[in-house]
Amino acid sequence: MKKAILILMALIFWIEIFANIIYVGPLQKIKSIRSAIHIANKGDTILVSSGTYKEGNLIISKQLTLIGKKYPILDGQNKFEVISIKANKVVIDGFKIYHSGTSNLDDYAGIKIYDSREVVIQNNILDDTYFGIYLQYAKNCVVKNNQLKAYNKGEQQSGNGVHCWKSDSLHIIGNTIDGHRDGIYFEFVTNSLIKANTTTHNIRYGLHFMFSNNDTYQSNSFIANGAGVAVMYSNKVSMLANNFKENWGDAAYGLLLKEISDSYIVGNVFEKNTSGIYLEGASRIQMNHNIFKNNGWAMKIQASCMDINVAQNNFEGNTFDIGTNGSLVLNTFNKNYWDKYEGYDLNRDKIGDIPYRPVSLYSMIVEQNPPAMMLFRSFITSLLDKTEKLIPSLTPENLKDNTPLMRKAF
Amino acid sequence: MTDILRSRIMIIYTIVLLATSLSLFSLEDNANKGLLSLLNIILIIVPLFSLLFSTIYIYNSAEFIELLVSQPLQRKSIWLSFSVGLAISLSMAFVIGIGVPVLLFQFNAIGFLLLIVGILLTVIFVAIALWAAVQIRDKAKGIGLAILLWMYFSLLFDGFVLFLLFQFADYPLEKPMILVSALNPIDLGRILILLQLDISAMMGYTGAIFKDFFGTIAGVTIAFITLTLWIIIPLYFSTHKFNRKDL
Repeated sequence: MKKAILILMALIFWIEIFANIIYVGPLQKIKSIRSAIHIANKGDTILVSSGTYKEGNLIISKQLTLIGKKYPILDGQNKFEVISIKANKVVIDGFKIYHSGTSNLDDYAGIKIYDSREVVIQNNILDDTYFGIYLQYAKNCVVKNNQLKAYNKGEQQSGNGVHCWKSDSLHIIGNTIDGHRDGIYFEFVTNSLIKANTTTHNIRYGLHFMFSNNDTYQSNSFIANGAGVAVMYSNKVSMLANNFKENWGDAAYGLLLKEISDSYIVGNVFEKNTSGIYLEGASRIQMNHNIFKNNGWAMKIQASCMDINVAQNNFEGNTFDIGTNGSLVLNTFNKNYWDKYEGYDLNRDKIGDIPYRPVSLYSMIVEQNPPAMMLFRSFITSLLDKTEKLIPSLTPENLKDNTPLMRKAF
Repeated sequence: MTDILRSRIMIIYTIVLLATSLSLFSLEDNANKGLLSLLNIILIIVPLFSLLFSTIYIYNSAEFIELLVSQPLQRKSIWLSFSVGLAISLSMAFVIGIGVPVLLFQFNAIGFLLLIVGILLTVIFVAIALWAAVQIRDKAKGIGLAILLWMYFSLLFDGFVLFLLFQFADYPLEKPMILVSALNPIDLGRILILLQLDISAMMGYTGAIFKDFFGTIAGVTIAFITLTLWIIIPLYFSTHKFNRKDL
């Protein structure tokens, strides 16, 4: 963040002293952005007035600042990649980018950064692009306050909103992304920050992490995507204060964790998801101060997980609190608030005196035998659950909260 | 029919239903959740009450039936008018007890479906009760059979299904399950309503298969035809039996 401001200030400073400003517009001498880029020197600023520009693929291969006044429209005519950036320290600010080409061979994007550093892309509106903003081999780049919209045409025909590949130290801040395949996609991206973005109605995931270590995402909202967030094959990922909401469907999760380790999940809200969190092969994860509310399953922990520490969370109004598929439990649950807890607190220390078992018998049955879902909400299943609560026999013995809270944790 | 409506138990039944449904709707901030809790009542209480009330009523009016049979009336029409009277009065109690609050708080397709399923269940269990009552002369045994039938439909059948599911866990059972659900009106009604509520997404693959079937107009029609068969078949058998019965 600070870095971004510094870069900006440096650029402005530079412009004032050394750089020229080139004006482009229907009423100016220079009418096309392409020719402006052609005549500009390193460090110049190109100011583009409003209007529609159909210039095919604009390649920026020197350090330039492009600023749009009143959102000039760059139309890719469904054929071209609109802007390709192949130089360091380029700034793209205030454009409307429409109708990029679609291709399965070259990932056409609205704006694509090739192998560059310190590029800033901000305040743009992208509409109907295949990939929105695409970064490959990018370093220290900032993608900020952009609005991306696509019209999901199926998983194969649409691209990702912000797609980052083999990059480092990116800042993805304050964007809204709607209707793409993955809202934000990270593959081999390290040391990056994703903050205050909103992703909605994306076909696959709101945010997709693959092989990306040492990243943080915080204060984002993932609403009504195919699944909220998938974090796979990564480690040291911090997930803080995000909102996972209404990721509702047959195979939908708020947060999917697969083969991830050494991570933090703190202060998030999971609301109305089919499964709040689904963990498979995850290890050494701290989950604190999260709220799980009105989900189908608050959490599904497969037996392949270990050292997951779940403490100080609130579980309210979930149909099932925890689901699991085996009897091996290598995780700990402590001091959570469970609204289904029926125990008592004789010594008034606000901690229940008998342990709470968050796995119901019926959820075990369904896990082993999915067609048993047919009996969902029938008399017999509630009866089974009640007897199992009194005399636990089939549910994993060690999966319990020994110190359940009587009141909400926070 | 009027004497059924005037009976004290019937009025209490109506009031209890009304009180529970009103309180459920006002307790839950989310009307959908109120509907879900109400679903449990409809699936457990309504069949039980319909069964018991109808059986007891038939046994209590045994002498009246004998009197009617001695008149120049067709046995068939006597029996049918008894069943229609019971069905209408119990349905009325249901509509007042559950229908009014549902229409007040949840005036939409799901609310209507809930009502229709509730009414159908009422009538189905009246028909089943009549069948049970006509089989057995002894009142105590008859009531026992009614309770057993209720146990079977609301508990044992599901237990049996669960047992089957585990016995044949290696086979894809989703599609046969649709057929199995048709064998129990309570299950059929429950699935119909659950699929309309958005929790169907939780039901995973099974839910999807069920939705594919019951979500279409053809599926819903078949489901309702099945429910109607659940009325007609017991009624046919009980009328048949009553026609030949030696009173």
